Amino acid sequence: MSSRAIEHFDDKARETFEHAGRTTVYGGELLRHPVYTRILHWTVALFFFLALFSGFGIYLPWLFRWFTPIFGGGQLSRIMHPYFGVAFVFFFALQALNWIQPMLWAPGDTRWLRNIKTIASGEEKMDPPDTGFFNAGQKAMFWEIVAGCIVYLITGIILWAGAKTFGRISVAISYVLHDISALIMLGGIFIHIYLSTIGEPGTFHSMIRGAVSEAWAWTFHPAWYKQVTGRDPVQACEEARRQMNAGSKS
Amino acid sequence: MADRKTLQAVMISGHTNPSPGFAMQRDLEVCKLVDTTTCIGCKACEVACVEWNDLPFTPTTFDNTYQTMPETGYHFWNLIKFNEHQNPDGTIQWLMRKDQCMHCADPGCLHACPADGAIVKYANGIVDFNQENCIGCGFCVSGCPFNIPRFNPSTKRVYKCTLCSDRVGEGLEPACIKACPTGCLKFGTKDDMKFIAEERAKQLRDNFGWQNAGVYDPQSVGGTHVIYVLHDATDPERYGNLPKDPQIPWSYTWWKWLFKPVLGTFALFGLLGVLAHHVTHGPRVPQPEPPKKDDNIGGAY
Ligand code: HEM
Repeated sequence: MSSRAIEHFDDKARETFEHAGRTTVYGGELLRHPVYTRILHWTVALFFFLALFSGFGIYLPWLFRWFTPIFGGGQLSRIMHPYFGVAFVFFFALQALNWIQPMLWAPGDTRWLRNIKTIASGEEKMDPPDTGFFNAGQKAMFWEIVAGCIVYLITGIILWAGAKTFGRISVAISYVLHDISALIMLGGIFIHIYLSTIGEPGTFHSMIRGAVSEAWAWTFHPAWYKQVTGRDPVQACEEARRQMNAGSKS
Repeated sequence: MADRKTLQAVMISGHTNPSPGFAMQRDLEVCKLVDTTTCIGCKACEVACVEWNDLPFTPTTFDNTYQTMPETGYHFWNLIKFNEHQNPDGTIQWLMRKDQCMHCADPGCLHACPADGAIVKYANGIVDFNQENCIGCGFCVSGCPFNIPRFNPSTKRVYKCTLCSDRVGEGLEPACIKACPTGCLKFGTKDDMKFIAEERAKQLRDNFGWQNAGVYDPQSVGGTHVIYVLHDATDPERYGNLPKDPQIPWSYTWWKWLFKPVLGTFALFGLLGVLAHHVTHGPRVPQPEPPKKDDNIGGAY
């Protein structure tokens, strides 16, 4: 598929899904994620957790067998897990098409990653000025999920069909790769959930209502802020600080 | 041997603790001896197995040999494999081997099985499947070097030869042994069977000209509790794919017993890590924040 065909497909989908919901953007806010993106994101998350919890029962029943009754027992978890997994990969594939444009690696991203210590420790209050719609950490997670989905799909099909079809050695190898892929992704998702809820307050709204405050935008994604508002993020922040200080004095 | 103590579990699948009561008592290991040189291919053992275990009928397949079906099934745990082997001098050898679970001392199926208690190994050496704990994942199939476990798609569970653990626990011989008319099947302690097998192999070498005759008891899986006397122990493959050097993939030993729990714990530490970050560094909030206090009053503790 050419990039134009992808763009066309995504535009069509975004337009169609705009009728399925509503995105209200109040004064002082910016549109972050349209209805289509939000629906996709939560469908992906739903199937991710279904696959994760049904997978736990197969991964280490000794520790996680209490998950299996949710799915109607050990055998049923084992039967449903591949279907959840395929649904997860399918919806994430749509999300990947939707997001491929803003997720492309930019020169500033490598610098952002090298700087990660000062950003994570909170020393640097605002993200570097060239941080766009997504920062390098988000892009890294996105591409990790893309790679992980490919690994899941290949190894998962081998495990699904089993040793009878693919031979016992390919099953033995696939199962290790499948597990490693899941562990890496799980670790990433912990960080993801943390940052998008309590770690960076205000982010959660972007996936719920679709809108974020301007302050959120100039703090975490200054280049994106500049692109959509035409204003300089640092100046906008300083102005807000002056207003805040003036307000607190009076 | 003739008491229930022999059914003391010593290894349990998906179970990291030692088995309860492990090493509390010393027991004899049992063994089935199959002398392929005296098997006549009558298949009485096949029938006895199906009868004793009350297995429903499995359709047979005719493929121009005497073999009942291509391989064992979830309702057919004991199969005589018929193979025609051409010797270098052009003569034909008609080989018959009773194929069933080998009851390895180091069972690949048990290592591969993630489900707690679905596969157990008893002190007497029998490896048994407990279907009520089986989740039907099929890993045992790839863990087994002898291609034995069979998945039943209607019950979603896996089945194989039990070495008649129900009979052995009561002091009886397995059903197949009882049915064998030639005495090519023998049952007893591992030591006794090994002794008889070696004697027989020696006899074949000394008196019958089978210079390579020997006993099949592969040490790569710690030995098995079903052993064969073969005309030519240097080439077990000719007896219907009996592996010369059966192996358990490392992913079922190292990965499962070491890396899996360790890395799984690391993933959970990721959760603790982000929470720790929140407690020690706090959130990153949109700027500007309200002005800071000059000093942190009240933080003495
Ligand atoms: C309860 C769980 C989750 C919450 C609260 C959550 C929340 C969010 C939020 C608020 C965003 C928008 C970030 C932004 O606009 O900058 C986002 C983005 C995203 N989410 Fe989630 N999410 C969850 C689970 C998942 C799962 C399970 C996956 C995939 C396996 C996922 C994949 C993504 C990706 C790839 C992005 C874009 C990149 C990023 O922002 O890191 N999310 N999520």
